[in-house]
Amino acid sequence: MAGIPHDHYEPKTGAEQWLHRRLPIVGLLYDTIMIPTPKNLNWMWIWGIVLTFCLVLQIVTGIVLAMHYTPHVDYAFASVEHIMRNVNGGFMLRYLHANGASLFFVAVYLHIFRGLYYGSYKAPREITWIIGMLIYLAMMATAFMGYVLPWGQMSFWGATVITGLFGAIPGIGESIQTWLLGGPAVDNATLNRFFSLHYLLPFVIAALVAIHIWAFHSTGNNNPTGVEVRRTSKQEAQKDTLPFWPYFVMKDLFALAIVLLVFFAIVGFMPNYLGHPDNYIEANPLSTPAHIVPEWYFLPFYAILRAFTADVWIVQIVQFITFGIIDAKFFGVLAMFGAIAVMALAPWLDTSSVRSGRYRPVFKWWFAVFCVNFVVLTWVGAMPTDGIYPYISLIASTYWFAYFLVILPLLGVIEKPLAAPATIEEDFNAHYSPATGGTKTIVAE
Amino acid sequence: MSIAEDTDGTRRDFLNYATVGAATVATGAAIWPLIDQMNPSADVMAFSVMLVDVGSLEVGTQITVKWQGKPVFIRRRSEADISLARSIRLNDLVDPIARNANRDPKADASDANRTLDEAGEWLVQMGVCTHLGCVPIGDGAGDFGGWFCPCHGSHYDSAGRIRKGPAPENLPVPIARFVDETTIQLGEVA
Amino acid sequence: MIRKLTLTAATALALTGGAAMAAGEAHTHDVDFSFEGPFGAFDQHQLQRGLQVYTEVCSACHGMKFVPIRTLSDEGGPALPADQVRAYATQFTVTDAETGEDREGKPTDHFPNSALENAPDLSLMTKARAGFHGPLGTGLSQLFNGMGGPEHMYSVLTGYTEVPACAVDNEPDGFYYNEAFANGSVPDSCKDEHGASTVAGSWIAMPPPLFDDMVTYADGHEASEHAMAEDVTAFLTWAAEPKMMARKQAGFTAVVFLTILSVLLYLTNKRIWANAKGKKKTV
Repeated sequence: MAGIPHDHYEPKTGAEQWLHRRLPIVGLLYDTIMIPTPKNLNWMWIWGIVLTFCLVLQIVTGIVLAMHYTPHVDYAFASVEHIMRNVNGGFMLRYLHANGASLFFVAVYLHIFRGLYYGSYKAPREITWIIGMLIYLAMMATAFMGYVLPWGQMSFWGATVITGLFGAIPGIGESIQTWLLGGPAVDNATLNRFFSLHYLLPFVIAALVAIHIWAFHSTGNNNPTGVEVRRTSKQEAQKDTLPFWPYFVMKDLFALAIVLLVFFAIVGFMPNYLGHPDNYIEANPLSTPAHIVPEWYFLPFYAILRAFTADVWIVQIVQFITFGIIDAKFFGVLAMFGAIAVMALAPWLDTSSVRSGRYRPVFKWWFAVFCVNFVVLTWVGAMPTDGIYPYISLIASTYWFAYFLVILPLLGVIEKPLAAPATIEEDFNAHYSPATGGTKTIVAE
Repeated sequence: MSIAEDTDGTRRDFLNYATVGAATVATGAAIWPLIDQMNPSADVMAFSVMLVDVGSLEVGTQITVKWQGKPVFIRRRSEADISLARSIRLNDLVDPIARNANRDPKADASDANRTLDEAGEWLVQMGVCTHLGCVPIGDGAGDFGGWFCPCHGSHYDSAGRIRKGPAPENLPVPIARFVDETTIQLGEVA
Repeated sequence: MIRKLTLTAATALALTGGAAMAAGEAHTHDVDFSFEGPFGAFDQHQLQRGLQVYTEVCSACHGMKFVPIRTLSDEGGPALPADQVRAYATQFTVTDAETGEDREGKPTDHFPNSALENAPDLSLMTKARAGFHGPLGTGLSQLFNGMGGPEHMYSVLTGYTEVPACAVDNEPDGFYYNEAFANGSVPDSCKDEHGASTVAGSWIAMPPPLFDDMVTYADGHEASEHAMAEDVTAFLTWAAEPKMMARKQAGFTAVVFLTILSVLLYLTNKRIWANAKGKKKTV
């Protein structure tokens, strides 16, 4: 693997050499697992392992659930009840799968926000970032289709509303929507294809994850200082790094155990806390629930979707200059996908020469507001669309776009960054005394 | 390595063993449910016990019921069936074992060890040929006045014992008992 | 034992899903059910009494089509003896899936469907009410006070009160006033100028289902309206979530085990890093 100089796998025995000449798989695994990793990674660098675990958990529980589930409108709901009542341990498998989706999104949001704060998206890690965004999109598609499968009221009406977004595309929207659904409305054809794709996409995600890891193993990990590992010689690189195994594997496993502790407490004692009660009522195409709410992890973008109504001036301007082609409904859809698009473009929107937010005194504040803003969007996405809520969601949505399109480009020019440490070793030693057992003492974080 | 580090050695080993051990147990505990979910579910298990009303069954006739997805022959044998079955010497049998789940696994294949009651009137057995799983034809079919499997020509006598043909074993007798005068219960647990 | 709590309109709105017409307040009473808390378990005798109430009262209109009758003998549930379950099943007439003929019910059959079009399936409705999440939808009340779906159901069953003054002479036909049910409508005369309701509860189509001594319990337990409401709520909670005990046990085992594993991993991690870090010092 390119990048940081380090020891490579040396086949010793004859058998090892025989295999290595034909398929250097052991070498590949060795390089992957022994990759030099910046010494100074903090606890925000654990979410990758949590995410990998989530993907495995969802695939494994998903495959066994599929052994008992029936993707047909007449049997889907009953087969889920069957899983909950009859299948050995089925209630646990299903609750793990349903709550596993939530854990997946908790972890992915923390992972993304870590990247946003420490500038992990910046050159030369743009590809890692873009692949990550693709994984996130695939996760959303998978989660959305998975939520349809139990065929409860929220499944059905969620599917109706979200596929209705595609109907907003001018001209061809309705044909696209019909094509997606396999008919004029959500029905058996929809359920069947969603099941098929829900089963397929996790494997696409797994492939993207492999590329994601490949990409950042090529560039090397980012770290809290944003300073690159020294690469002129192996000796120098070793001062900045430690091998992934065992140092970071054990650290990540410890963190994973703590995360799972909380996860199992939720699955065991309040497994329906994050779900919507209406999904325990069988889908009824003739009766809409009064209040359709997506799963919590879609709420920020759902809020952005709903924020741009026809009485917002920017919507009116856009509608006017496009001769009405982009109406409020389509504008909302564009805003929702645009919100993710601008995030994906962060590597090119951020003009700052300093990578890590730790050394950007002004950025820190705007980023803190950005985090709070995200929580506000999540909250307001679940609120009704009257009273003060539309104003809150409009302001919060505007800040989302302003952060990427205005604040990040301008800050790089205006802001005077602090001096970052020259090397990772320096940063590490500032927190911990050197390995010699010396007693160098510095203020701990 | 300094001496101080060496004395730490046993404690370190213990920590390693404990951690690896705990992680192994956790993995095992996580894998078991994934295996167990493929075992028959509660609704399938619920059919493991079945009550059959045999009050209307005439002497010399049989009924076939579906139990756990397989046919079960319940035959109320005539005197002729019984005496024919009891006249056969054990040495003439292909399979000398009773194959009766209600008896000792080594019990011999005498007629009395095959039937439900001592008089030998009631014969309950799985209707699945022990060769390749076809359903034999009943009511005195075959060369021995019992059952005949049309697939590969196995002949069973009036006690359901294999006598001729490729099948290796007697037709198995499932767990069964009379719960009252006219009701036979197939399967375990009340 | 029974505390009276008043939840705001916003609560009912955020929680019950049927928010469009929801208005005013709903009175919910706290009940100390045996199955609450991390170690709570169903009370077998209470479930059997609840089954009796369900059979003699609720089942006239409501069904539970996903609940297999055989589960009445489940350990941790009502745990009825197998012969009683067989006898219980015979009261239902079932169309056999294989022969297409009507026959007596068997334990392997399910409870029947609802008899009335607008009577919800009770195991599903109870399960949906598990999402009754306490103030502002945070679920914290359910967590700390044990106030949840069962309390809501108990309160609706016992929440039939006098029609409020504003609605006298304005009662809709075939509806009843219930102070714990916030999903129904209220007459315009009970709304303020903003269209918000000024009274607790709303109109419900279900007539008051329970009266004192409506059933005679086999175990001689008191059959007051409140006792019956508690019993049938417990039974329906079991019917909705029969594996609740197993789930809590699995969760508890996992938490204990992961705690041990976390400690071991913490120590192992610390030991591994000790070489790299030396002693961490703070000033």
